[in-house]
Amino acid sequence: MIRIENVTKQYKGTSRPALNNVSLEIEKGDFVFLVGASGSGKSSLMRLMLREDTPTSGSVHVMGENLVAIPSRRIPFFRRKLGVVFQDFRLLPTKTVSQNVAFSLEVIGKSQGFIQEAVPDVLAMVGLEGKADRLPGELSGGEQQRVALARAIVNKPAVLLADEPTGNLDPATSEGIMALLERINLAGTTVVMATHDRGIVDRLQKRVIEMREGEIFRDQRSAGYIKTQTDSHPVKSWNLAIDNSWNLDGDN
Amino acid sequence: MRFSFVMGEIGHGLRRNVSMVISVILVTFISLTFVGTASLLQLQIGQMKNYWYDRAQVAIYLCTEVSPGDVCPQGEASTDLQTEIEDKLKSPLLQPYIKQYFFENHQQAYAKFEEQFAGNSVAKYVSPSQLNETFWVSLKDPSKSQIITESFNGVAGVEEVRDQRTYLDQIFNILNAASIAAVGIASLMLVSAALLISTTIRLSAFSRRREIGIMRLVGASNFYIQLPFILEGVVAATIGSVLAAGAVLSVVQFFVQGYLATKLPFTSFVTLSDGLLVAPALIGAGILLAAVSSGFAIRRYLRI
Repeated sequence: MIRIENVTKQYKGTSRPALNNVSLEIEKGDFVFLVGASGSGKSSLMRLMLREDTPTSGSVHVMGENLVAIPSRRIPFFRRKLGVVFQDFRLLPTKTVSQNVAFSLEVIGKSQGFIQEAVPDVLAMVGLEGKADRLPGELSGGEQQRVALARAIVNKPAVLLADEPTGNLDPATSEGIMALLERINLAGTTVVMATHDRGIVDRLQKRVIEMREGEIFRDQRSAGYIKTQTDSHPVKSWNLAIDNSWNLDGDN
Repeated sequence: MRFSFVMGEIGHGLRRNVSMVISVILVTFISLTFVGTASLLQLQIGQMKNYWYDRAQVAIYLCTEVSPGDVCPQGEASTDLQTEIEDKLKSPLLQPYIKQYFFENHQQAYAKFEEQFAGNSVAKYVSPSQLNETFWVSLKDPSKSQIITESFNGVAGVEEVRDQRTYLDQIFNILNAASIAAVGIASLMLVSAALLISTTIRLSAFSRRREIGIMRLVGASNFYIQLPFILEGVVAATIGSVLAAGAVLSVVQFFVQGYLATKLPFTSFVTLSDGLLVAPALIGAGILLAAVSSGFAIRRYLRI
């Protein structure tokens, strides 16, 4: 579903590459956590999978598209097969919940009939029935992320990219979002989620890809946030600092 | 492609920066009015050339008692000299070029002068003998006036040979200069209109960057993302160019036909049908200008 081979990404004006010879493969139906400190290359990797950016070298294949060679006029059509959610939800504050979801279908030219059918369905699936006419500002963070998820999956994408979807949410709310992501995954959608949320990663025991300084530090199936004790690699102090700040977010 | 969605987006964008849209409308309005006026002026010049060049005559002014001595040493042209000149006009050499000619004597010249300067005190100080007797020559081809000029310049009894077209050319030069100036101003204004349109579109895109970001994420095609912005510029410029077309038409109707044509009844002026020829061209130019400049602006602003 996603195949990344020997990818290096060097941003202009930096000495250290953001990604250094990264290779990974994600199968259809996988649920993958992408973990690592800020600046470890998670976001660069996500941007490559979204074709927001191209690698300096190496190849990126997502859903059969070669994202290094794809002509720019086909990029929109590629993105229609992909869902994305972000930490900051990215909802339109002037549109209601259902209008926000409908907007994403309108702009890819879906018929009014399709929209009228699909929007209530997807809102029911994410548990927002009865809130269709609310504005995002009137919703809680968890509800806003549900709207964003509804928008990402309304077009039935094969791959869902989630960039720290629980980053702004309290743990209880995060649980709800994770349950939703698992359901989406069970329905056959490949989910790639970048996160700092140790509790979630430890509890779900899914495949974990840990990035450090632009390289894949480990790639384990059914793993937790921190590498198990048998691991001989030392955990760097800056990584602990990140863990502490995450603790302040409230894992209690 | 959903029409109502695109229309809604355009309306939204136009409302959001009303002041910029109004300035786009005004600048396109004024610049295209200049363009329209210049092209009408050109049409006017063309029309006047057609009209007047055909009627332009060559005047062979004969010497009078007050003519300067260096060209008319013999003073007043005698009847013999008049006959000589007339014979030359009738000669087989010149005959093929001449449509007709007539002779204007002192009395006729004086009558004409009195008519032209009626009420002016200068008429009291001029006597018939001071005014040139003249052979007025109409040519078959007015552009070949040189043949007459060359044949009669320096001939005894001839004070001056004058092609009326030289007077006309002066008028046309002035009109031409005016229309060139109008085109110059118009092109400066058009440049600022284009820049203003692209700035407006960029502002509009900036104020809708959230929507654009989401559209890109969910895979809206470039065309779909850009179209509302391009149409936004086009709508504003169309309003401006329609106003310009209206201004040009009303100048033709109320100033040229309503005022000038009544003051100068023997001149043919541009008519409303000429104006109707120019008006759609102006609107087309406005739309093209807006489409190109806003398309260019949005393409530079929006990368995939």
